[in-house]
Amino acid sequence: MKAAAVLVGIALALALQTTVARFIVGGTAAVDLVLVAVVYVALTTGPVSGLLAGSVAGLIQDALSSGVIGIGGLAKSIVGFLVGAIGQQFIVTAPLPRLVMFVAATAVHALVFMGLYMALGLRMFPAAWQAVVGQALGNALVGMVAFAIIESVPGFVERRRMGRRARH
Amino acid sequence: MAVLDIRQRAGWLFLAVIVAHIVLISAQVNTRRGVPMLEAFTFGIFAEVQRGATSAVNQVQDGWQNYFALQQIRHENESLKQEVAQLQVRLQQERALAEQSRALQGLLALHDESKLETTGANVIGGAPSPEFRTMTIDKGSREGLRPDMAVISPAGVVGRVIMPSGRAAKVQLLIDRNAAAGAIVERTRAQGVVVGLGTDRLRMDYVAGSAELKPGDRVVTSGIDGIYPKGFVIGQIESVQRGGGDFSGIVIKPAVDFSSLEAVLVVTTPQSEFPADTETDAAGVKTNATSAAGTPATPAVTTPAKPVAAPAAHATAPAKPAPATPAASAESAPESTEAGEER
Repeated sequence: MKAAAVLVGIALALALQTTVARFIVGGTAAVDLVLVAVVYVALTTGPVSGLLAGSVAGLIQDALSSGVIGIGGLAKSIVGFLVGAIGQQFIVTAPLPRLVMFVAATAVHALVFMGLYMALGLRMFPAAWQAVVGQALGNALVGMVAFAIIESVPGFVERRRMGRRARH
Repeated sequence: MAVLDIRQRAGWLFLAVIVAHIVLISAQVNTRRGVPMLEAFTFGIFAEVQRGATSAVNQVQDGWQNYFALQQIRHENESLKQEVAQLQVRLQQERALAEQSRALQGLLALHDESKLETTGANVIGGAPSPEFRTMTIDKGSREGLRPDMAVISPAGVVGRVIMPSGRAAKVQLLIDRNAAAGAIVERTRAQGVVVGLGTDRLRMDYVAGSAELKPGDRVVTSGIDGIYPKGFVIGQIESVQRGGGDFSGIVIKPAVDFSSLEAVLVVTTPQSEFPADTETDAAGVKTNATSAAGTPATPAVTTPAKPVAAPAAHATAPAKPAPATPAASAESAPESTEAGEER
């Protein structure tokens, strides 16, 4: 059940990434919704789920892109595992730790992803720092919002139930 | 449960996923040489495996070959050892033959130089008791050996025949305590009697106190005893002691190593036919026969225990050998039981 939910979440993130995200910031990929989904899964379920989620999501993302299949999967696998492990060791339920986690996850992902591409001589990333910083902030923002929305859903549903019962 | 196991092995799972991704990436990325990285990596790894396997196989092969080679070498070693042993035996035989030949040559030379009729004999036995310095030779009365015949060797005087049997003879060595021989110091012509001590040394007695002797002087037979031909080496003076103007002890080291005698010559020439002078002694040293013959006084030849005559009494002994030989003197002495036993 949980695995299915994770897969659905990843698929949704991919769908949003490929359709909606590019409209948010003028065509530049300032946010990685798939990475946000992986970090979310890792923070909420642990390192193994984060690892598997990152691996699957990254491979799908790689497969859909024109890049080398595996680099994105490797980067997201590492991020998912590390975030899940840290999330198990520390309390990251407060907004600030989560923000830090998103920023750090984005940085690690960029480091692995760009580093591998550059190391293999397959692609160069001019002005990488700016792109990484912008993406980190964007991911953090989206992630915080996502957390807030998702965590508010149960209460929202409960309030609606209570309202319906009161009307009846 | 499986999920639980996976969760408990998160590290291994992480490693597996990472490796899988690396493999996946490597399969798509080419190296600078245009070869897929996975292929190059796999080839590199497999090449090392091949290297290790080849090395192991080579080592086993070498070990196997060395084992067989070692076995072959072992057989060769064994045969070589046998050959060496056989060669050592042959070498010893050759050495023995050479030694025997050398000894025979020495005897032959001695035979030629002594101008005496001699017969060669091999030593076949030693003394039955340490108190007696005798030996047994393989020639006896059948070969013409008689008592009191001198026995010599290339090194010098050995002794005399004291008891010949048909095919063997007992020889009294000069170092026997009952043996004696007329002697003369080669350098100073001082005369005396050399007697055995029963040890490996001799003593020279009856030397005039005015004689000049020193260690290292060679002592040869004087010939006056009628047993030993003149001029044969007895030994060298080892030490000289004086007491009250006379010599109290003249120790002589024998020229013959009695412990290593293997072959000897028995002088079969009758005593009356001994040459008047011997030009060459046993060691090939020229002796002054005229001077020796002109020695005014010769000592008596007798046993050391019981000298029966004064030296002057036997001054004419060289021309006519005195019947009282050392052994005969010993025989006449009732106290000398050893000589009596030998007889």
